[in-house]
This record gives sequence, structure tokens and C-alpha cells, in this order.
Amino acid sequence: MPAKVLIVDDEKDFLDIMAERLRARGVEVSTTISAENALKMVLKETYDVVIMDLMMPEMDGFKALKLFKETRPDLPIILLTANVPEEKCIEAIKLGAMDVIEKPADLNLLTQKIKDAKARKNK
Amino acid sequence: MGAKPDIITETGLQFFSRISASISHEIKNVLAIVNENAGLLEDFTLMADRGKPIDPARLKMMAAAVKRQVGRADEIIKNMNRFAHSIDQTTSTVDLDQTIELFIALTARFAAMRGVKVELQLPASPLRIPTAPYYLMNLLWLCLDFCMSASGDEKRVELVVEEAENSVRIRFQRLAGLSAALLETFPSDREKILLTVLEAVLTAEPECAEVVLRLPKNTGVI
Repeated sequence: MPAKVLIVDDEKDFLDIMAERLRARGVEVSTTISAENALKMVLKETYDVVIMDLMMPEMDGFKALKLFKETRPDLPIILLTANVPEEKCIEAIKLGAMDVIEKPADLNLLTQKIKDAKARKNK
Repeated sequence: MGAKPDIITETGLQFFSRISASISHEIKNVLAIVNENAGLLEDFTLMADRGKPIDPARLKMMAAAVKRQVGRADEIIKNMNRFAHSIDQTTSTVDLDQTIELFIALTARFAAMRGVKVELQLPASPLRIPTAPYYLMNLLWLCLDFCMSASGDEKRVELVVEEAENSVRIRFQRLAGLSAALLETFPSDREKILLTVLEAVLTAEPECAEVVLRLPKNTGVI
């Protein structure tokens, strides 16, 4: 079974190309540009992992992370963000993020994290 | 720490660092997209090695995407350069339209993050005024930051620039959430010191849902 991933990022160009590259690696990918919509999507569908930008309009990644953890506590969440000070990384991990990865991301690393998340979820 | 920075230095540095951090974030986003395009190109060449031909139309699309991002980065860096040079001379005569347009571009990401739409209305003919451009942008930021909080559910701020007899008015309008309670903390010492430097006057009118900044057309600033 391929890993099922939801990517949330307000940068549409980034979202499209990341989805294309992950699909080429056998990952089943859904995308959305808003955290609010992502919250609706995880209520309807089962995902192995959510990959989410930390800085997004209207609802930032921290607020979204808290809401994800309230609605789907076992859902692994990887935060992918442009700039991330260490204290923000720590805060995100404390809030339940599986990992925080800085953009530009290494796709091999991200693919490995997706595999780890799926394995963790299926434990 | 021994010496304490004065309020204007501290406020000015905070503004500079906030804008710089935002610019670095935007540039990293551009780099991330360019990086993914390079990665996709690499994926295509690996597939080509295994006998899958590369679609020229797809390559054309990728080239266009990279060019778009280069254009975006160029705009960001041009604005960053103009912003950095705005403090070269503390005071100068500036084209107010250009200064405010630069300010709006520099702060657009903050507004987007808060889901606030900022609309700008400039006068028909350009206005040139003697002022301290960096401190003016600093004060405009503090006002906009406050006005975004006061925009209420409408989440919209209209910035109207107009010429009056002896002054230029910059009106922050449609502040549906502007209340007396909110005005207890605004203007704070930070805004007050910048108002003094710029010889400007700030008034807030909850009944009109607006905050008005009046800048002198002729000033002792220069």
C-alpha cells in the first residue's frame, strides 16, 4: 500500500511540483492551499501523514497543528517551512509535530520521513 | 547589558529586523520552488536514462515556472534594496506615493498572514514632501499593525493618501473594530516619538472608523 499524504502549503507552485515528485516515488498525494480546508479533509479521509507549511495566511501552522492534534491525535504531522528558529522547532515538537524540516527540502529525506510516519501510524 | 538603547533606535531596529526576516522568508520560498524544479529536472533525466523520453512541453512549463520565481525574487530584492537605502540619509525630499507603495509591498506578507486586505488609494498627481523616509515607514508600519487589529470582521484596511492645505493626510479607513478600549494602548511611546521626529499628528476617530496621520508639507525635518 502506498503512503497516503496530504500536503498543505499556500505556495501553489511549490505544492504542485512537490506533489508531482512524490507521486513519481509512489506516494499517494492530496494537496490544499489552506489549513482550514486541510482540517476538513482529514475528517473525511484517512492519511498516513500531513506535511504542512508553518507560515500560512489566516491560520498559521501552529494553530493548525493544535487543531489537527485535537481532531486526529495519532496523525503524524511534518512541518515544512522556509525559516524556522530553534525555539519554534522545539515548540512545534512539544505541540506534537513529528518533525520540522526547512525549505528548500531534501526530497529523499522527506520521502524517508513519510515512510517513518506511515510505519509509526501502523504500529 | 550596560547602555540601554533609546526608544527610537530600538523601534527602528525592530522594524528593520521584522522586514528583513519577512524578506528572507519570501526568498527561501522562492528558492524552495526553484529547488523542486531542479529536482524534477533531475527526475526526468533519470527516467530518460531508463528509456522514458522527456516531454519538451513539460520542460517549457518548468522553464516558465523558474523564470516566474526569478522575477518574483528580483522584485523582492529590489524592494529590499530600496528599503535598506531609505536610511542612507535620515531626511530627504521623497515621492510619497513611491514610499507608500514600497511600504505596502514590504508589509504585504504580514497582512496576508493575518488575512487582512490592504487597499491603497493614491492622489491623482504625485506628492513630494520633505520627511524622514525610514521613520515614516516605521510609523506607517506601527499604524498599519494597529489598524489590522482594529479591522474587525471585515478584515480590510483602506489606506487613502490625500493632499490638504498645509499637510498630507494618510487615512487608515474601514476600521470596523476600532473602539475606545483599543485606543487605550495607541498611540504608545513608540508612535509618539516617531510622530515627534516627523512633526506629524495622529488622530483616531472611532465614530468614522478611521485613524488619520497628518504629515507637514513643509517641515523643519530638513
